[in-house]
Amino acid sequence: MSGRGGDLIKSIYPGLDRLGRVIYVGAEAALILGEFLGIRAIYKIRLPKPYRDPNLDLLVRSSRTKTEAKIMLFVRSLGVNVPTILLVDLDLALIVMEYIEGLLLRDLLSNLSPNLTCKLIRNVGSQVAKMHKAGVVHGDLTTSNMIYSNGRIYIVDFGLAKMSKSLEDRGVDVHLFLRSLESVHFNLKDLLFNCFIEGYENVLGSKAKEEILAKIHEIRLRGRYVEERRLKKRNYHSLVGSCED
Amino acid sequence: MVIILGIESTAHTFGVGIVKDEAPYIVADVRENYVPEKGGIHPREAALFFMDKAPHAIVKALNNSSLSMESINAIAVALGPGLGPCLRVGATIARALATYFNKPLVPVNHAVAHIEVGKLITNAKDPLVVYLSGGNTLIAALISGRYRIFGETLDIALGNFMDTFVREVGLAPPYIVNGIHQLDRCAEKGKRILNLPYVVKGQDVSFSGLLTAALRMYREGKADLEDICYTVREIAYSAIVEVTERGLAHTGKNEVLVVGGVAASKYLREKFELMTKSRNCELYVVPPKYAVDNGVMIAWTGLLNFKHGIVVKPEEAYVRQRWRLDQVDIPWSR
Repeated sequence: MSGRGGDLIKSIYPGLDRLGRVIYVGAEAALILGEFLGIRAIYKIRLPKPYRDPNLDLLVRSSRTKTEAKIMLFVRSLGVNVPTILLVDLDLALIVMEYIEGLLLRDLLSNLSPNLTCKLIRNVGSQVAKMHKAGVVHGDLTTSNMIYSNGRIYIVDFGLAKMSKSLEDRGVDVHLFLRSLESVHFNLKDLLFNCFIEGYENVLGSKAKEEILAKIHEIRLRGRYVEERRLKKRNYHSLVGSCED
Repeated sequence: MVIILGIESTAHTFGVGIVKDEAPYIVADVRENYVPEKGGIHPREAALFFMDKAPHAIVKALNNSSLSMESINAIAVALGPGLGPCLRVGATIARALATYFNKPLVPVNHAVAHIEVGKLITNAKDPLVVYLSGGNTLIAALISGRYRIFGETLDIALGNFMDTFVREVGLAPPYIVNGIHQLDRCAEKGKRILNLPYVVKGQDVSFSGLLTAALRMYREGKADLEDICYTVREIAYSAIVEVTERGLAHTGKNEVLVVGGVAASKYLREKFELMTKSRNCELYVVPPKYAVDNGVMIAWTGLLNFKHGIVVKPEEAYVRQRWRLDQVDIPWSR
């Protein structure tokens, strides 16, 4: 995938790959590790899409870049650990940010004691709660978007973040994170779930905790997460009966 | 040799198809299309239309194939998803045929049928499927025995969105003229991108906000209709192609198969071509004849089901209006 994208970048942005090493190419943006004013930096650039009208393309890419940069700055002011922004160029749909050297939480989790893992996850819970409290949802909270560095957990990739106070959006945020935990730490998932919720409750209080738990439960009962839905249907059946399975 | 007769009646088409399990596969393809005089599909009117046309369509399909009922191995029927009154016509007829002629009855999911006939016609092997029609907008791929949905519309379907827009601005019905949708037609004369919302949420798209904003812009007379059409088309198609690209990155598939009635748009196709080319992927678009609803796709998927022992007792063949694609086991995937 990165090979394909790497060639794509060269063809669209001649010279961009000379900025440094292309370390990741997603469907939307490429990450290049290089230098900026002597600091190791990540160049995150949203790639133009050949299928979009050029004006629309620029509009979409620059507005997403702007939102991302604004939200990163904002949550930083709330005390959430995010990379420092060094430069934003809307015409290029480019954000240059501090390079956080460390380990992805995803890779780290499997090598830690349950105790330490819990501590880190609790911290993630608090950071997420700080964002939610201020009306920011991250939109893609997974353990691959968290970096452990110098005793801190940094949250990265605000590409899908937005301002939202809706319980639905916050519920999806937390739900996604818990699912990403489950996929790595299946046997510890209940413990880690509680650690996260503890951290979340520490910042937002017990009422917000109950609300979000109820919402997550509701989200899990929807179509795509089949196992829990079957459980629900069984209960439902015993109550009223239904001709649909 | 196995021969299946399939009945489609989920929305506006009553279709009867007969297929066999060897080339050229398709032996009969009869379609009766309900066209509303004004507005959209009225389910009851469509159902009455189907009841009127059904007996003749079945006889015609048998005559065209020079087959008699004896040589048919099983009756397949689309039990959902679709409009209740329409579905019930096909289901009732299929149950009656199966009972009277003592044939096995094979349940078919309409969405699976669109995909499977698409694979048959285009020869796509393991594609990321983009299913775009009046009532459906979703991106799926076959993974461990089911079509898993990777992205879909959060509100209205692409086809429904396009139809509603052109109807509300007075360009339709008819919605499609000479195979070109009125939205595409109107957009041909536009060139300016206006400020309308482009909504992609993760892997999902949403069109309701775009519809409201575009109609408001039209009613306030602040922009030329042609430019509104152009912007609406560009935003809607680009959003679909964007989430498809995300689906490719996520699943690692290297084929894209576009199925469903909206697949016919050449502008949409161009966008898919540009995207798949930039990612070195193959693009397959089902030709219009089989992209729209038809009986052949039901018969073909019925054939696959039948060969894997999927049958249903007539008395248990309930219609399922909201039968989701990802609820169907696909035994031929391995």
